[in-house]
Amino acid sequence: MADPFIRTQMLPPMAPPVRTSGSIAWIRANLISSWLNAILTVLAIFAVYQFVMLALPWLLHGVWYAGSLGECRDIIAQNFGPDAGGACWAVIRARWHQFIFGFYPPELWYRPIICFALMFVALMPVLYSDDPRNVGRVLIPLVLLTLLVLVAAGTPAPVFVIAGLGLTGCLWVGMRRPLGLLPVTLLYPFFTVWMLWGGSVWGVATALFGFVVLWAVYRLTSQRIGVVLATSAGVIAAAVWWLVIAGYAVDSLQAVLPFAITSVDSDKFGGFMLAFVIGVSSISISLPIGILLALGRQSNMPLIHGISVGFIEFVRGVPLITMLFTASLLLQYFLPPQVQFDLILRVVILVTLFSAAYNAEVIRGGLAALPKGQYEAADALGLDYWQAQRLIIMPQALKVSIPGIVNTFIGLFKDTTLVSFVGLMDPLRGVTAIVRADIKWKGIYWEPYLFVGAIFFLACYGMSRYALYLERKLKTDHR
Amino acid sequence: MAIATDAPKPVFRLSQLIYDTRYRSYTIQVVVLILGLLFVSWLANNVIENLARKGKDIDFGFLWSRAGYDLAQHLIPYTNDDTHFRAMLVGLTNTLVVAIFGCIISTVLGVMIGVLRLSSNWIVSRLMSVYVEMFRNVPLVLWIILVYVVFSEVAPQPKDFKPVDGVAKASMMFWDSFAITNRGTNIPAPMLSRPLPDIGWMPTSFLAVLILLGASFWVNNSIRRRAAAVQEATGIRPTTWWKSLAVLVLPTLVLLVAMGFNLEYPVLKGFDFQGGIRLSHAFTALTLALSLYYAAVTAEIVRGGIQAISRGQSEAAFALGLRPGRTMSLVILPQALRVIIPPQISNYLSLTKDTSLGIAVSYLDLRGTLGGITLNQTGRELECMVLMMAIYLTISLLISSALNFYNSTVKLKER
Repeated sequence: MADPFIRTQMLPPMAPPVRTSGSIAWIRANLISSWLNAILTVLAIFAVYQFVMLALPWLLHGVWYAGSLGECRDIIAQNFGPDAGGACWAVIRARWHQFIFGFYPPELWYRPIICFALMFVALMPVLYSDDPRNVGRVLIPLVLLTLLVLVAAGTPAPVFVIAGLGLTGCLWVGMRRPLGLLPVTLLYPFFTVWMLWGGSVWGVATALFGFVVLWAVYRLTSQRIGVVLATSAGVIAAAVWWLVIAGYAVDSLQAVLPFAITSVDSDKFGGFMLAFVIGVSSISISLPIGILLALGRQSNMPLIHGISVGFIEFVRGVPLITMLFTASLLLQYFLPPQVQFDLILRVVILVTLFSAAYNAEVIRGGLAALPKGQYEAADALGLDYWQAQRLIIMPQALKVSIPGIVNTFIGLFKDTTLVSFVGLMDPLRGVTAIVRADIKWKGIYWEPYLFVGAIFFLACYGMSRYALYLERKLKTDHR
Repeated sequence: MAIATDAPKPVFRLSQLIYDTRYRSYTIQVVVLILGLLFVSWLANNVIENLARKGKDIDFGFLWSRAGYDLAQHLIPYTNDDTHFRAMLVGLTNTLVVAIFGCIISTVLGVMIGVLRLSSNWIVSRLMSVYVEMFRNVPLVLWIILVYVVFSEVAPQPKDFKPVDGVAKASMMFWDSFAITNRGTNIPAPMLSRPLPDIGWMPTSFLAVLILLGASFWVNNSIRRRAAAVQEATGIRPTTWWKSLAVLVLPTLVLLVAMGFNLEYPVLKGFDFQGGIRLSHAFTALTLALSLYYAAVTAEIVRGGIQAISRGQSEAAFALGLRPGRTMSLVILPQALRVIIPPQISNYLSLTKDTSLGIAVSYLDLRGTLGGITLNQTGRELECMVLMMAIYLTISLLISSALNFYNSTVKLKER
């Protein structure tokens, strides 16, 4: 009987198989794994090639310094031959300020710039409430960039110093405790309105004081008479303040302490500044209204339920354009004859109502996704309705609906372009039409639309990326 | 001996209206009702006062007066002697035709892109991602305007199609049947040389084709049902594809030939193309931009739907011995469709509403006729806007009730 064979020394290691790793294997697996795949690859490469051959020369031949489209064409023909096509970026160079600021006075450009920078500061406690490192990552470049831009925009020295100190202070607070910036967030809307439109500071201050009145009345009475009554009392007190007292207060304060900055009319607003004004204000106001509507729709009081459903379904059933035309044509009919609203304000109101209905549906989805046990547990703990909503229901429901809310916001921001149909100068149609109507730039189309589209793309893509980040961060379940 | 007393009778106190949850909801509702009525009456009062100030009234009678404007694209007969009401109907059909074409094209494109985005082919899936992100993150109006501008400024003039010294600057496409000029897109028109006689206003020939097609589908369904029954009984499915093909295609083909179906091609005569159908650039731009934009949205929905089905489902199907095609059609798709269809229908809803963006290229849809020219001519903003909103609302409610009906039929029946 022969001894069984036993190997006594190790085999030398073999080279890794060529077909499962490395670039060739990657190509085999991802590009030509089957006949169909190979054909698709060839078609895709062909399409990309065609596109690049079409677009690349056009981009490379771009002209930045010219006075008109004709000049652009002459320069391109001179440099690259008579048949060459090329981009005429000179139009962006000549008119970029209208795309960004509309007809806002150039010497006051620092105001929208400061407001834009402060927007990010104000967003920090909301976006990164427990993440100071990200606050730093966003704010440090932002502050530096803002200061640079402010210098370039020719900001008066005192304003520059104040803005620099303010922003640095915000940065210092935000990097320690992002929630410390919450006062900035709360004051931001009032500050921005005052900054952009200018005029006396007291108009905005008294409007702000109305909210203080509301809050004070609520705090004083809520222990004794309950949340609902206290809120109603607060609203009534604030309304009395706004409608009756505020007018006199503004006049007398202005007489005592005349503190005002140059005021700018609404018809000077345009371009991306207008898009941001309408978008940001509608977005921030529509969220609370949307939450209330969603709660109303879930309510078991038939009247409240009916009103909410009717409103939501009506708004979601008509196109935004009809809402905008309502703002420009019909709102006058529904208001007392002596009241005259600014067109931007009217548009903001209607756009807010519009997106509130969409937010309501998104949040309702979040509410419906909660298991019934959560409501029952809140009841069992003896929480009343608003406590249960604030402490148990809303934190979970809002978390679920964040992607939907961000999608609504993206949609809303894109839809701000529609305001051009009621005569406002949005960047896409309003300003581009003005530029294209100029005899010097007549016949130009790719460049302005590409420019505007690229900015919209950056803003919307950024928002959707943020939604993804948040979704990942808030995912506390297993997996 | 203790005397059992009755439990203290509950005394109704006024404060219970606020603090007792049994009554509080009534209090709140009554207050809301009163406030709501006050608000509505305030609005109504303002409207009456404002109308009186401008010397206007609310009267829909203007709908029956002469419109006096022309509409180039009308699917129902229309001249400028017709009423505003008829102009409104023309606008409505124009809205619907864009909506229908947009829905069809965006669905086909979107499903293709959504599936390709999941493809294992790296280049293709990347390209599709770029497409989707590009269209989703840029306003729809930009696409509409851009397509319109490119069509009307880049396309050649009709005279360029005329050969000069044997060479024309521009040429027609698809075997001389398509011509894109700066005035519009000319396509062949389907014509009947021996149509059925019309009865009244009814397009008899068209209806006949529709009825025949419906009947063919019904017969085809019964063929498939019978094949399924045979499969249940014997385990072998009889081949039916040639029967289906014959039933679906042949009768309609015969009817069309009998009615003398032919295509009328656009031909360059004088300074412009004659014959065929001319699609305005507004129509083309609106339909194309809506289709491309909503294809991106649809692609995301389709991708989400397919990814929502857990891998275990397809693995189980393979374990049962189903081939990939059958796995897709019997296991994956029925489950994915349940996820896909509700958002897809609300997608159709948004597409229909977004046809109103035709205003960017002066497309004369419902908003262009009723909410545009009619409104400006008659000066009746209130009536026109209310009517227009009501029509859009009706369309939306119809679509969303279809959605709810569908949802209730496919909903998982749990417990």
